[in-house]
Amino acid sequence: MAHVFLTITTTGSPERPASDLGYLLHKHPDNAQRFSTSYGTAHVLYPEATAERCTAALLLEVDAVALVRRGRGKGRGGAPDSALAQYVNDRPYAASSLLSVAIGSVFSSALKAQCRARPELPGRPMPLRIEVPALPARGAEDLVPRLFEPLGWAVTAEPVALDERFPEWGDSRYVRLVLEGEQRLADALRQLYVLLPVLDGAKHYWVAPDEVDKLLRSGEGWLENHPEQRLITSRYLARRDRLTRDALERLELARLAEADGSELEELDNAVDEESDTEEKPVPLAVQRREAFLGELRAAKAARVLDLGCGQGQLVAALLKEAQFTEIVGVDVSMRALKAAARRLRLERMSERQAARVRLLQGSLAYTDSRLKGYDAAVLSEVIEHVDPPRLPALEYAVFGAARPGTVLVSTPNVEYNVRWETLPAGHVRHGDHRFEWTRAEFRAWAEGVAERHGYAVEFRPVGPDDPEVGPPTQLAVFTMDARDGNTRDGNARQGNARQGNARDKSAQGDTTRNETEKEGKAA
Amino acid sequence: MTGTETTTAATTEAKTEAKTEAKTEATKGATAEAAGANRAQRALAVPDLSLVVLIGATGSGKSTFAARHFKPTEIISSDFCRGLVSDDENDQSVSRDAFDVLHYIAGKRLAAGRLTVVDATSVQAESRKQLVRLAREYDVLPVAIVLDMPEEVCAARNAARPDRAGLPRHVIQRHQRELRRSLRHLEREGFRKVHILRGVEQAEAAEITLERRYNDLRHLTGPFDIVGDIHGCRSELETLLGKLGYAVERDGAGRPVDAAHPDGRTAVFVGDLVDRGPDSPGVLRLVMGMVAAGHALCVPGNHENKLGRYLKGRKVQHTHGLAETVEQLEKEDDTFVAEVRAFIDSLVSHYVLDGGGLVVCHAGLPEKYHGRTSGRVRSHALYGDTTGETDEFGLPVRYPWAEDYRGRAAVVYGHTPVPNTSWINNTICLDTGAVFGGKMSALRWPERELVDVPAERVWYEPARPLSTEAPGGADGRPLDLADVAGRRTVETRHLGRIAVKEENAAAALEVMSRFAIDPRLLAYLPPTMAPCATSKEDGYLEHPAEAFAGYRADGVRHVVCEEKHMGSRAVVLLCRDQDVARERFGAADGLTGAVHTRTGRPFFDDPERTEAVLARLRAAVDAAGLWEELATGWLLFDAELMPWSLKSGGLLRNQYAAVGAASRAVFPGVLSALESAAARGVDVSGLLGLQRERAADAAAFTEAYRRYCWPVESLADVRLAPFQILAAEGRSLAAVPHDEQLAWLDRLVDADRGEQGGGLLTRTRRLVVDTEDEASVAEGVRWWLDLTAAGGEGMVVKPLQAYVRREDGRLTQPGVKCRGREYLRIVYGPEYTRPENLDRLRVRHLGHKRSLALREYALGLEALDRIADGEPLWRVHEAVFAVLALESEPVDPRL
Repeated sequence: MAHVFLTITTTGSPERPASDLGYLLHKHPDNAQRFSTSYGTAHVLYPEATAERCTAALLLEVDAVALVRRGRGKGRGGAPDSALAQYVNDRPYAASSLLSVAIGSVFSSALKAQCRARPELPGRPMPLRIEVPALPARGAEDLVPRLFEPLGWAVTAEPVALDERFPEWGDSRYVRLVLEGEQRLADALRQLYVLLPVLDGAKHYWVAPDEVDKLLRSGEGWLENHPEQRLITSRYLARRDRLTRDALERLELARLAEADGSELEELDNAVDEESDTEEKPVPLAVQRREAFLGELRAAKAARVLDLGCGQGQLVAALLKEAQFTEIVGVDVSMRALKAAARRLRLERMSERQAARVRLLQGSLAYTDSRLKGYDAAVLSEVIEHVDPPRLPALEYAVFGAARPGTVLVSTPNVEYNVRWETLPAGHVRHGDHRFEWTRAEFRAWAEGVAERHGYAVEFRPVGPDDPEVGPPTQLAVFTMDARDGNTRDGNARQGNARQGNARDKSAQGDTTRNETEKEGKAA
Repeated sequence: MTGTETTTAATTEAKTEAKTEAKTEATKGATAEAAGANRAQRALAVPDLSLVVLIGATGSGKSTFAARHFKPTEIISSDFCRGLVSDDENDQSVSRDAFDVLHYIAGKRLAAGRLTVVDATSVQAESRKQLVRLAREYDVLPVAIVLDMPEEVCAARNAARPDRAGLPRHVIQRHQRELRRSLRHLEREGFRKVHILRGVEQAEAAEITLERRYNDLRHLTGPFDIVGDIHGCRSELETLLGKLGYAVERDGAGRPVDAAHPDGRTAVFVGDLVDRGPDSPGVLRLVMGMVAAGHALCVPGNHENKLGRYLKGRKVQHTHGLAETVEQLEKEDDTFVAEVRAFIDSLVSHYVLDGGGLVVCHAGLPEKYHGRTSGRVRSHALYGDTTGETDEFGLPVRYPWAEDYRGRAAVVYGHTPVPNTSWINNTICLDTGAVFGGKMSALRWPERELVDVPAERVWYEPARPLSTEAPGGADGRPLDLADVAGRRTVETRHLGRIAVKEENAAAALEVMSRFAIDPRLLAYLPPTMAPCATSKEDGYLEHPAEAFAGYRADGVRHVVCEEKHMGSRAVVLLCRDQDVARERFGAADGLTGAVHTRTGRPFFDDPERTEAVLARLRAAVDAAGLWEELATGWLLFDAELMPWSLKSGGLLRNQYAAVGAASRAVFPGVLSALESAAARGVDVSGLLGLQRERAADAAAFTEAYRRYCWPVESLADVRLAPFQILAAEGRSLAAVPHDEQLAWLDRLVDADRGEQGGGLLTRTRRLVVDTEDEASVAEGVRWWLDLTAAGGEGMVVKPLQAYVRREDGRLTQPGVKCRGREYLRIVYGPEYTRPENLDRLRVRHLGHKRSLALREYALGLEALDRIADGEPLWRVHEAVFAVLALESEPVDPRL
């Protein structure tokens, strides 16, 4: 598997022979040397070493089996603790971190610009050509020149085809990287040491506790003024918690993805950490929240469900208003709920505040007795994530079983998509959207729901209401018919939605009606 | 008063019907007491599950008394609890906390069904009130034993104890005053038995006699025939008893008065013998005769209860069929009516039978009420639980208690008419509406066989159609989160209870909710499959010899080797037409089935392509005549869909192809660098040779995954290889031997070839091997070698009989996979065949994988059985969901 390979070539003249590279690297050009590292064996050898031209090659043979077996014993049945440990280690993207480790250990003196035999050499810039034939740069191809060019390198980054047998597959995540320029060797190595893992994005695997020190040391002299300094720093350092966190949160899903022959990202896509689920520039999400808050205030709702709460932005907004005495965020994604708990700082919240909010895993594909009896429920950008054949189940779970007094449902207006400059024609706004409706389609659905379950419905625009294509987001406000009351609650456990309905119509007793009216007045 | 006084609460007439049972038992208790009253040794009757409250002043000898008569663990003393919370048994300032602890421990014991003795002074009414409440909370009888000792005795005893020597005399005096004041009120406080021991002599002469509760018939092991609701259908009852093998005896007038089974079986009636039907007195006469003769047991139904009140002269409404019974009884003589009254009066609300494995009652009973005694238990046993609402017919909406039931004992009950009986969580309702023109049902126990006879006619028009409102009705209700979420256990027929952990359920919930197809169409998820034992053969990690040896060791002689298709697992639900899909599975318009992956995701994004695949398969089933042959309108297939790249393109590209791409990018440079270095005279010979081998391994890896990839432009590029028909209407086919299965499937493949544009279906190559026959085994090995040498993925070895239990009764693996040497490069990496790698990889642990495979297999069988039995959606979904949840358990993913 993972063979990591790097060549460093320099040219020279009889006065300044290229083979001085051997002194700089502390590795004699006439020997092939091997070094054991914790992940396998590193070899340094020189395919050419003349005064005119000298190339040093670093070859790291990664012991794939050892890499996998490292995690052994924690899981049951002697399996590595997680599917993921294997799953991820099996992927060669670990290569760039390992290369970084190899540079650090095999060329440590060169990295520190030390050369006892020829102390003048490390300070001298020299013509260098560095080649990494397979550099993982997933989704960061454009980043390669942005990282290396400001440092004075001429950069060539050719994408590597995934499989020439299947040209339709396109390029792999690897590039063949060639850097050419007049540089001091120590600088070049330190830049590689930091930037190779950065290019690998969030997929870095190996981490040591003293990362910050290492970054400061290795970045000295070039990172301070690098135009991408912030990106480099954050990507180099951020991956640590993110990875350990991810690994812990996603194991069960990873196994299901494995069982399905799918990639984890296909299943575990509920939280988009990069974009933080906020659109830019004027966040429509903020306008949506304002709209929800306005409607909830008007409905005098105190106990509110946020069904599909995601990372808890709306829950956070609701917490800021004392009117909302009980706020329940429900999401099917454990990952989203954990993100929400972090965002809300649930653990550090005062007891009084914490008592107002709960986060629950739940699913609108099922009826859920915990969700009964609330004043209002918000389904913000939720329905479009449900396959149309399963919408009736959601409809029944919310309007037939939970039956909040007010239900707010928002969804994109597909007509508006032509106004999004960045959205290619015919595309939905999010990869997980199973559909996007026109205003007429949404209206037809919502009116059907209202009719079937005894609600009145009104529609509101959210965002600029374009005279031609309408607003970007459409919002339906459902209000339970006062006289329909709670008679249906009892039917939640029986029959399917259709049966439940039929019963409601005939079972409305006068007593219940009166009680409901009283409740209505009290509210 | 002289001698031991024992009183019971029986003296006052019970105010509500609910108290009848407790009253009855107390009366019987009193009789026993009276008989023993004059003996020197005083026998104090104590029900074997009760809360015994010792009452006496400090120093009256309660602890000594308790220690003499009860196990140390049965006794909870307030002093001990004081010590627990304060390190000082005499610290009165912590009494409140100490009693909290005492009540807590007592509550835990009572919940667990254990006799509990409270050793505290309990001389104050307030403290006893809490204990009576506690007993009621756990539906056990509170019993008072009073130690009324002279003040001198108490004082002397306290003085002898160093820690109590300083206790002021007035404390004892106060206790005694409070005690004397209490004595008269104990029954009214709720104590069901009160034993008063006056003086040292009586206390020392007393003996405790534990009495069995009247509902405790655990010592009776039957076998039983449990009969559902009868409602005056005497003729059907006779027919049913005859069908069960009972010989009916008649009196001079030809009326049945008894029935006995030649094998000594016992009939058990779940109540509702009377009302609505044509001959309630006849039913009563027969059942009363059987009970009196010891041929039957009977628990009361709500209708007996009401009849009993009527016979006692209470004012009751003559509704729900009572009018008919009253009219019929008017023709009977007074003696018979008096017997009926006494009979109904004697009925005990429910019985615990057969070592505690069987509970019979009229309307169902949650586990915490089994064997308990209280008005609440009686009321629940007779009337069941309701949600408090009424439906459109004015009848109470019954709470689906069976859905929550997780108890060990099977609960057999009636009360709610259902069209068909079905087991739900180890409970079964036997009321199949005989009086409404349905049928009369009985359950043989322990055989668990159902026997029924049809009603001769509709004797009584039901207020509400004989619907499916009860759990187990075919329509059921929408799926509820409580059916799947959290830590749960699923009861399976083939492997008992299977636990699902909370975190696994959480992951499954996410995938099921967001990605799966409509659960109504998701009848099954395939179980994971373990590989054969690890081979020690040179160059091999898996080898068929191990698979054959494994099955031979399990006593499986004939196995079938089936080629492992190089695609993705697909489950296909195929309906004959849209009507079947809609009626049987509630499919949306335009759908005639589903094609889904191992995790329930739709195989094709485009529903039209799904329908196209279904149409082709349907044509093959039509042509092969399987609909008629299997008498079904739908079939469920386990299959493999090819190419793999169709479903797992992303995985192939990003996980496998990427490894190949990286190696192809790296190796030319590595090899040329090494060759150049060698040319310069640097000694790299070993390294160069090694790198060449590795380059070859990487190339082999690339070849291995490429075999799974081909572009799919249209359906013509897709292949479907069905290898098992899992179920058809009314029948799970999972236990049909594989040769029969493959014969059906071959006919489908042939039929598909015959059709124009055929060729969707692919035959599964197979070979039957006799594991006892060396030549046959060798042939099997050769077959696998040839198959894999030609680029095949490998094979699956299954017992030919499909469903096999070993001699010790344990299930065998339904199949083991034996993967080809080249294919395993995709799993274990390009270089896994290098000896140093193989040696390490051979250390792999199959135990957990095998256990997981069996558990998922049993859940899959369960889902198939449930769908075949026409059980409601939530029951099928429960098992299907559990398979998905187990798939997220940690197990070495390479196995």
